[in-house]
This record gives sequence, C-alpha cells and structure tokens, in this order.
Amino acid sequence: MMEVSPTLPAWVAIVTSILVLLGAALTLIGTIGLVRLNNFYSRVHPPTLGTTLGIGCVLLASMLYFSVVKQRLVVHEVLIAIFVTITTPVTLMLLVSAALRRDWAIGDPSVPVPPGLPEEAERPEPLPESDQPTS
Amino acid sequence: MSAITRRVLPYPLLSVFLLIMWLLLNQSLSPGHLILGSIIGVAGGLATSSLQIPSGRVRNLHLLVQFAFIVLYDIIRSNIAVSRIVLTPGRVAKSGFLTVKLDIRNEYALAILACVVTSTPGTVWVNFDSAKGELLLHVLDLVDEDEWTDLIKNRYERLLKEIFE
Repeated sequence: MMEVSPTLPAWVAIVTSILVLLGAALTLIGTIGLVRLNNFYSRVHPPTLGTTLGIGCVLLASMLYFSVVKQRLVVHEVLIAIFVTITTPVTLMLLVSAALRRDWAIGDPSVPVPPGLPEEAERPEPLPESDQPTS
Repeated sequence: MSAITRRVLPYPLLSVFLLIMWLLLNQSLSPGHLILGSIIGVAGGLATSSLQIPSGRVRNLHLLVQFAFIVLYDIIRSNIAVSRIVLTPGRVAKSGFLTVKLDIRNEYALAILACVVTSTPGTVWVNFDSAKGELLLHVLDLVDEDEWTDLIKNRYERLLKEIFE
C-alpha cells in the first residue's frame, strides 16, 4: 500500500528518510556484527540493534509518514514495538540456554552450569580436539 | 470492587489493554468496534483467569513512567556502544557471563527486567535461579563487572522494587 502524495511537506519527507535510513543502518550494523564476532554468545548481541532502535526508527518513520499522508493520527505501529519487545527475551533466553547446554555437554570449561542442572553436576570430559564442533 | 465486577473482569487492566489493542488494530473509534473490542477484552480476561496468573499491582505509576524514559535513554546509549564495538576494526570485545544477586521476587518486576536487559543491546538475560535469587547474564563488553552489577542493581532493580513491591 504505497501512496505518494504530491502535497507531502519537505520536512516530513526529509525526517522520514533520515529515520528509515537510520533504522536500516542500525539493522545492517547488527547483521555485520553477527558475522564478525567470534563466538555464539557474543553473536547474540548485535542483532538486537535491529529489534530495538532499528525497528523503533522505522516505526517512527511509518507513523509520521502515514499520519501526514492520511491526515489523521496513525499509531498502530506501537503494537509492533510492544510485541517485539515482549517476545524477543523469550527467544534469546531459549537460544542461549540451548547453546549453554551444548557447550557444557562437550566439556567447554568457560561456560557456567546451564539452567536446570544441579550446581555440583559433574562436568563432562572435553571432546578430543578433532571432534570439536565449529561454532 | 463488587463481587460481580470481579467475576466479569478478573484482570481489568488486561481487558483494557485488549480493548486498546483492538481499536489500534482496526484504527477506529466507531461504536461497533468499541462494542466488539469490549467483548474481546472481557472474554480475554475470563480466558486468562483459568491460567491463574499471580496478581500484581503497579504501586507507583509516576515511577513507572520515569523508568520507561530511563530505559529508552539506555537503549539508545547501548545501541551506540554496540555499534561502536562492531564497527571498530580489529576490536575483540571481552565478553563473558555475569552473576548478579537480585532481591526482587515479584514476577512482573522480573519479567520487565528481562525485557529491559534483553532490549538494551550488549546484555542478554540467560537464566534466573529463583531458589538462590541469582540472575545469570551474558554481557558483550564485560570490562568492568562492578559497573554492570551496579547498572542492574541500582539503576533498574531499585526502581522496579519501588514500583511493584
């Protein structure tokens, strides 16, 4: 649903473009970080740039643009922000817990005891170097 | 609140949020959508009551608003910090796990803290051990452990405690 209005004020066009570009840039930086960082736990962090300020900028741009074009307040984008914010922690917690269990099971000494296992649970023997999974 | 109201609206706040959500989704304030949204709000509240969710209450709305602005500021600040780590060539962040002892036990306060910790790039909530009251976090830029503990304890937990407990 793309509507181009000939009466769109210049300042709205400029602010919308800046917000969309900023949001896209943050999401791109997040994905670059995903590739560039060196282990799973560090890689979890950068994509959250896209799900916080990145999505925030794009939603603000959308609200501003459509409020002006449709001549009324368009704010239902707020719902996207709320749903993304309350659902990402669940995904990240599950991902990190799964990774912890994997690394713990192969005897990685740098990770803490994963959730659900007793503190004094015996740490498994590290795998021989050749069998280490590449993360 | 009378017994009948309590039976029809076990979670008034949830019902109001469902109504607002319905109106936002339909982008309308027409009487038809108001009625339909109210029905959904009441039905949603009744359906939720069978889940037996612990009841919580916001004790200080003013502080909650203040907390929201603090979090917004922190999200922007940590976005910049993580961008800098990613974009600095050759920089390897010293990341690691961190355990923080928490005093809050309120489910809603903990849920909000989980959203806040995850929404600020650079920190991820891994697990909360409710028996020991220990929160396990992963921090991307773990140069100074005390600084992060201080952030969680004094900046967030203290306020959440005042808001919910």
